[in-house]
Amino acid sequence: MGRKAKYDEKRKIKKKPREAKRQGAPEFPFEIPSNPKPVGKRLQDDLDKIKAKIKAKQLAKKLRNEGSAEKLKEAIKKLKKENVDEEKSEDNDNVESLESPSNKRTSPNKVSHGRSAKKLKTDSSKEVTEESDQMVSETENENITKPKSKDKKIMSDIKHEKIAKVKSAKKRKKVNKPAKETDDDGADEDIEDKADDTIDNDNVDSHENGNGIDDGVDDEVDGNDDGDDVQDEVHGDDGADDDDDSDDDDEERKKRKEEKIRKKYEDMELRRADPDELFQLPTTEELDQIDQATGFQPTSLKERIGEINFILANFKERRQEGKTRKDYLAVLKHDLCALYDYNDFLMGKFMELFKPTELIQFVESSESQRPVTIRTNTLKTRRKDLAQALINRGVNLDPIGEWSRVGLVIYDSQVPIGATPEYLAGHYMLQGAASLLPVMALAPRENEKILDMCSAPGGKTTHIAAIMKNTGILFANDVNKDRAKATKGNIHRLGINNCVLSSVDGRKFPNVMKGFDRVLLDAPCSGTGVISKDNAVKTMKDEKDIGRCSMLQKQLILAAIDCLDADSPTGGYLVYSTCSVLVEENEWVVNYALKKRNVKLAPTGINFGREGFSRFRERRFHPSLNLTRRFYPHAHNTDGFFVAKLKKFSNSIPVKTQDKNTKKNKKNKKDKSSKDDNESDEDDEDDEDDENVEDSEDDENDDDAENDEDDEEAEDDDNEDDDEDADD
Amino acid sequence: MRPLTDEEMKQVFGKLVKYIGENTSLLINRSDDTYCFRLHKNRVYYCSEKLMKKAASISRENLISFGSCFGKFTSSQKFRLTITALDYLAPYAKFKVWLKPSAEQSFLYGNHVLKSGLGRITENTPQYQGVVVFSMSEVPLGFGTTAKSTSDCRRADPMTIVCFHQADIGEYLRDEDIL
Repeated sequence: MGRKAKYDEKRKIKKKPREAKRQGAPEFPFEIPSNPKPVGKRLQDDLDKIKAKIKAKQLAKKLRNEGSAEKLKEAIKKLKKENVDEEKSEDNDNVESLESPSNKRTSPNKVSHGRSAKKLKTDSSKEVTEESDQMVSETENENITKPKSKDKKIMSDIKHEKIAKVKSAKKRKKVNKPAKETDDDGADEDIEDKADDTIDNDNVDSHENGNGIDDGVDDEVDGNDDGDDVQDEVHGDDGADDDDDSDDDDEERKKRKEEKIRKKYEDMELRRADPDELFQLPTTEELDQIDQATGFQPTSLKERIGEINFILANFKERRQEGKTRKDYLAVLKHDLCALYDYNDFLMGKFMELFKPTELIQFVESSESQRPVTIRTNTLKTRRKDLAQALINRGVNLDPIGEWSRVGLVIYDSQVPIGATPEYLAGHYMLQGAASLLPVMALAPRENEKILDMCSAPGGKTTHIAAIMKNTGILFANDVNKDRAKATKGNIHRLGINNCVLSSVDGRKFPNVMKGFDRVLLDAPCSGTGVISKDNAVKTMKDEKDIGRCSMLQKQLILAAIDCLDADSPTGGYLVYSTCSVLVEENEWVVNYALKKRNVKLAPTGINFGREGFSRFRERRFHPSLNLTRRFYPHAHNTDGFFVAKLKKFSNSIPVKTQDKNTKKNKKNKKDKSSKDDNESDEDDEDDEDDENVEDSEDDENDDDAENDEDDEEAEDDDNEDDDEDADD
Repeated sequence: MRPLTDEEMKQVFGKLVKYIGENTSLLINRSDDTYCFRLHKNRVYYCSEKLMKKAASISRENLISFGSCFGKFTSSQKFRLTITALDYLAPYAKFKVWLKPSAEQSFLYGNHVLKSGLGRITENTPQYQGVVVFSMSEVPLGFGTTAKSTSDCRRADPMTIVCFHQADIGEYLRDEDIL
């Protein structure tokens, strides 16, 4: 099966990408929502689940009065809003919410205080807030947060305090007094509590509502509500809130919940951001020392990767002073290289491609094998029959997913799956799931003339022939004669008799034959998508290898396009695929073909996978490149794969590009003409293969760079944005 | 690539007749298309005229295979059917041998068929007759020649060979390089 990929299952395909977006690395689930307002249902569910925790936290908070101060402030804001409203019932609810902190603190004692007292207390607190509101609002947050984070650590102390405070509710005021501004609010409130007992109800109420007429009635209603709330609050803060909500408008409820959720997240955030726990980024020298000391211990490396990943997730908030994102990324790269045995270059390429969290997922999943998959040979059997036959041999299997009618996933097997009598009889082909995709994109039809340019070992070739039902003519070509033997075996084993097998250099195939309805180019590549199959890729590939691959792919794709017949009534399609994830071998190559030939991108007809890049870092590709599809091991459980489908709309080779070349780059023109007139230069090319490749590679790079400059001028604004991204 | 000479044609058909008898003519006189035999690098290929013409445009050294390979001429110029011809032998076979599931594996490793592994055999099969070997689930596994006639098989003891092995589909794995 060699370089061509391995499978995937539909259920996972659907789920995984969402996971990747929704949540980062599982270690750090407590990210603060950047915009607290649109908090979704998920968060609310979250909230319910950890109600108990929050309750405990809030109790502690209130005990220390800081929490009450904060709540007070929020409640005050609401109150102010409510003042505008005429409805009494709503006001009462707000009052209750206001009360709740103080009630809880003193609940054992306060119940005896009586209803009027409570009512008064809330009113008075409003007075207090009017006095100190502005001051508090400015400084409150800072004052609260700092002590809070410290105090969380000494929760046990707080509990002791709590007991003491409950016992001596009145003394508590004095204790609180010398505290900071925020504490003062709470203290004031308590003072007012006491004072309220003596203050006239009506005065306060009129003060609150400016509507004295209804007050008498309201007082009683309020009193009842308050009594309920006291009981509720003994059970739990949230329960009380929920009760209140039932009376409130929907908006009100939402607001409150959001507020709560945000608070919860802030708390967690603060705990994490505690200075004692801050991760110290080692410098390069320190890094060397650590490495020598620990000898690249996987656990310590993983730990550090996790920390850096966490910091990068919210870099602004969590970073260490004086360290740039680059510093962090450098250490992350070093650690990943050390942990997974990659070379610096390849890891750098992956870092350009993925976000840190996704990068780790990608690298992790590249370590493990993809599930074994087989494709039913529809020429000889049906999937149902095959599945039954294999199950009888003790194979545990399942259909590959709804997107394929011929694929099966093998979970485990008591017999070697590549040597069963069914396999030898040609009932199925061992084939990666990803390698079904280009053939599906190619969508061959019966009686067509189709070319598979890089066919070995014949998985896709036989798939095409099966879809064509052994009609028409299928050319299978592979430059390597040894690998072609495997293709020959597979073709005959699977009972295909419409196939011509040749071993011609794909770049020269247009000289042999043209006028194909469809061409499949599964180009040779660096194999960065199939690292799980061949670990050597991790260390062996460098910039030159990638450049060489890219160069060869560009030559092949032009040759493949030249083989196509644009006037074909049914076809004129080229499918280009690689098992690499690098942009250099994928989008870049397709973009090059778009420039050089009369082709346009067509939808692949595959309804999953990610869209290809139409822009990547400083590069600008043709916008239609989003029609291409990318597949990743961590997201789709296939091998890393790329599929593009091109439609040729004219057989003429565009003159425009040649004009451009003559204007811009004489060298380039020479190179191009030599490529077009392959016949004359064939021998030369073979002789000076390496030199030629490097030369023309440079030329092409130049050419591309120039074209990019043109593009960049056109999209200046976008470019600036992206430059920033690139710096990050 | 070239058409077979008369001598070669005689050898090829001689072999085919051993397995599929008069059905050989069906290979030539097909209703759907004109089919032909071609020799390429000592191997005999069977394909439609259309395919053959297309294949002819690829130079000799670069052409590896086209259509179906039926067999090869050995260096002593004898023709030998290869396993790749099985697709055309199995449906037309006049005499068949079915193997018990327990004997399948042994046959696929290139062993002869013993009486103990014989599941069924076509009535009135003479001795030294070319037969196609099937599994009990009608999957063609290879071909060979009978060592004993059907009636002799009934009387044979379990360890006697009833069918000589000539080719089996295990060769796709064992001898991939020389197919």
